[in-house]
Amino acid sequence: MFTDELGQGGNVTDGPDNSAGHHGGARENLVQLITPGGERVSHPQYDAWVRDVSDEQLGSLYEDLVVIRRIDTEATALQRQGELGLWPPLLGQEAAQIGSARALRDDDFVFSSYRENGVAYCRGVDLSDILKVWRGNASAGWDPYTVNMATPQIIIGAQTLHATGYAMGIQNDGADSVAITYFGDGATSEGDVNEAMVFAASFQSPVIFFCQNNHWAISEPVRLQSHIRIADRAAGFGIPGIRVDGNDVLAVMAATREALERARHGGGPTFIEAVTYRMGPHTTADDPTRYRDANELEDWAAKDPIARIKGLLERKGLLTEQLEARVAAKADAVAREVRAGCINMPDPQPLDIFKHVYSTPNSWLDRQEDHYSRYLASFGDPAGANSEEGAR
Amino acid sequence: MIKEFRLPDLGEGLTESEILSWKVAVGDTVALNQVIAEVETAKAVVELPSPFAGVITALHEQPGTVVEVGKPIVSFEVEGDDGAPSAGGPAPVETAKREPNLVGYGAVVEGSGRPARRARTFAAPVEPVETRAPVAPAVEPVETRAPAPAPAAERPRSTPPVRKLAKDLGVELTAVTGTGAGGLITRDDVRNFVGGGDLPTAARALAGAEAAGSTVSATPEQRETRTPIKGVRKLTAAAMVSSAFTAPHASEFLTVDVTPTMELLARLKAGRAFEGFKLTPLTLVAKALLIALRRQPSLNSRWDDANQEIVQYNYVNLGIAAATPRGLTVPNIKDAHSMSLAELSAALTALTETARAGKTSPAELSGGTISITNIGVFGIDAGTPILNPGEAAILAMGAVRKMPWEYKDEVALRQVMTLSLSFDHRLVDGEQGSRFLADIGAILADPGMVLAMV
Repeated sequence: MFTDELGQGGNVTDGPDNSAGHHGGARENLVQLITPGGERVSHPQYDAWVRDVSDEQLGSLYEDLVVIRRIDTEATALQRQGELGLWPPLLGQEAAQIGSARALRDDDFVFSSYRENGVAYCRGVDLSDILKVWRGNASAGWDPYTVNMATPQIIIGAQTLHATGYAMGIQNDGADSVAITYFGDGATSEGDVNEAMVFAASFQSPVIFFCQNNHWAISEPVRLQSHIRIADRAAGFGIPGIRVDGNDVLAVMAATREALERARHGGGPTFIEAVTYRMGPHTTADDPTRYRDANELEDWAAKDPIARIKGLLERKGLLTEQLEARVAAKADAVAREVRAGCINMPDPQPLDIFKHVYSTPNSWLDRQEDHYSRYLASFGDPAGANSEEGAR
Repeated sequence: MIKEFRLPDLGEGLTESEILSWKVAVGDTVALNQVIAEVETAKAVVELPSPFAGVITALHEQPGTVVEVGKPIVSFEVEGDDGAPSAGGPAPVETAKREPNLVGYGAVVEGSGRPARRARTFAAPVEPVETRAPVAPAVEPVETRAPAPAPAAERPRSTPPVRKLAKDLGVELTAVTGTGAGGLITRDDVRNFVGGGDLPTAARALAGAEAAGSTVSATPEQRETRTPIKGVRKLTAAAMVSSAFTAPHASEFLTVDVTPTMELLARLKAGRAFEGFKLTPLTLVAKALLIALRRQPSLNSRWDDANQEIVQYNYVNLGIAAATPRGLTVPNIKDAHSMSLAELSAALTALTETARAGKTSPAELSGGTISITNIGVFGIDAGTPILNPGEAAILAMGAVRKMPWEYKDEVALRQVMTLSLSFDHRLVDGEQGSRFLADIGAILADPGMVLAMV
């Protein structure tokens, strides 16, 4: 009988991984305050940054994590039900988003990619506004200045330039707010991100480069994109880089607070690499089983951000039935709100396209709008007349 | 009340999906977002969460069916009218009785306030212009309508792939009646038109080829490792079938005493030259095939129907059929003809490990010129392998068995293997096919025969 060709060589060794592929190794320089098992471990430098986090606040962080995971699963379900065109799940990256977003002040400004829906939740973005774009109902979901968060950038890494520019503006204003920009491991290969870091370093602008290293740029593993740890790239720009356990909400919060403090006091930019994992597909149109190993997912499921803080709460005796019930109720309510907001979202009207072109009245645009409304009316349909009516 | 769930576009711009399985049965009570089915699109296998809480009253499609986006697949009895919770959300807009946006990102075409795709009122030349109030008189361009250029009848509604199909078949779309949504002309409409109309034979053949794409998989009895074609593979298969469905297969079998080859294998493994290499019977069979191929190059060729040419490859990209977690794939070793035995061995190992890990790249899957399938690993002796589309031959190697066999005029226990060869009879005559198989057999029965061949 033959050796099974596919079964031969049980002593297969994988190719050399970059450090990003190895976790928990001795060389690891990862800031961690909660172990995957939920044990609070002390850290000489970063304990101080979260000393003030009370038991109650820990409960709130837990609630946040559960709620944004629920928003995410509900939106994923809505896509599967034909209510959204597309959705980029954040499953697995909850702690990285909550830990950083909850460290921000209201007057700080967020420039995110399309996956930071948990950050948007923290900034107070209306849930249905988060979904608008994904339902194809609007080109952008909200007014950035009402929540101090720009609408998600789809172009990979472009938002880092916006953040650096905004931060340079803060400097000119003499304010002490900070710009934070979110992007992924893949974006660090983009020119935009590198340019943004060059400018941020040159001008010592108050900006935080928050990289969620979720290990996959769609189907491209991080080890192919970076032969060194991503955080180590920052040194080349003269920017302090820190590598933090992105599934540890406290560690992320500590690192972000440190970076914010540095930025507020003229210390310039910081690069944070939050090491996490995209447990779901890149988007609902992607099938990760085609390019990644199921074992990898299993490894990361064991480091789940929610299980971790839950473990900590349990050890501290804080995981009461009361808290569980409160969190579950909140998640249910938010899920209902997401669903209702999505399904009942009014369709955009044809003339809405003229609404957000200029911030001030513009006679040329008015003229085009007039033409377009008359064009619509030319269909001789009562519904078309309605549209015209809506134009004025 | 009864609510239907129509199959949504689960990726970006997909038109159909296959129902793999139902997770619920008629009469089941399901909760909102409970998984009710597993479906495969061209992009992914996904779970469908229920959009309603209620009781399943009907499953409209069987597992294994490919369903067009927009078709109802399941019905629910939903209490009251609030399958979609309305609490907390903005009041529903009365005018727009909105349906899910089923295909792509575009607006759903229906009788709401959207003018999209409605025919403009060309017919009666629109009233003269002067009544219109100019907005900016100074720069108002002359709005006089040129005498309406012969009222352009709207182009028949179809999609680019269908227009291409019609063009290929020489079909005027204006003559075809559309049966799709809103009179859309579908592929089937074009094919049916061809079927009924009086068209050139070539066009018929082409239409037949298209149609065959959906039925050819229904003959599994010829196939040994055949799996249902779905998703990506279905797309791939459709492309392959359109070019390969005419390849008439001929198969031949040869049972060989491979004891000398197995002994050679043992010697090579023990020797220093191949230390660290994973030599297997497949390595030697592959090498034997490559040597035999030099003498019968017609088995390494392709029938180019479009150009009415036979493409003779002067290189060999050797495909190896591999069972992977996602089904059968045939990655190939590029330029295998120029490899030494050691190189071939290393390439085989790399290829199989990559396939086993599910990491085979599209490049490795395309461009093959001839293939080997190792059915022996399943304990099988022989079969009639199906050609990897576009290739002229495929060799199946059976299991090596100890069998009573004639040896030096006596019966002895020998290691015996059956080789099965299928070839495209358009390209390869029985003579070349037989000589090729006999050469491989001769090498395996007596590796020294190579000296007489190269």
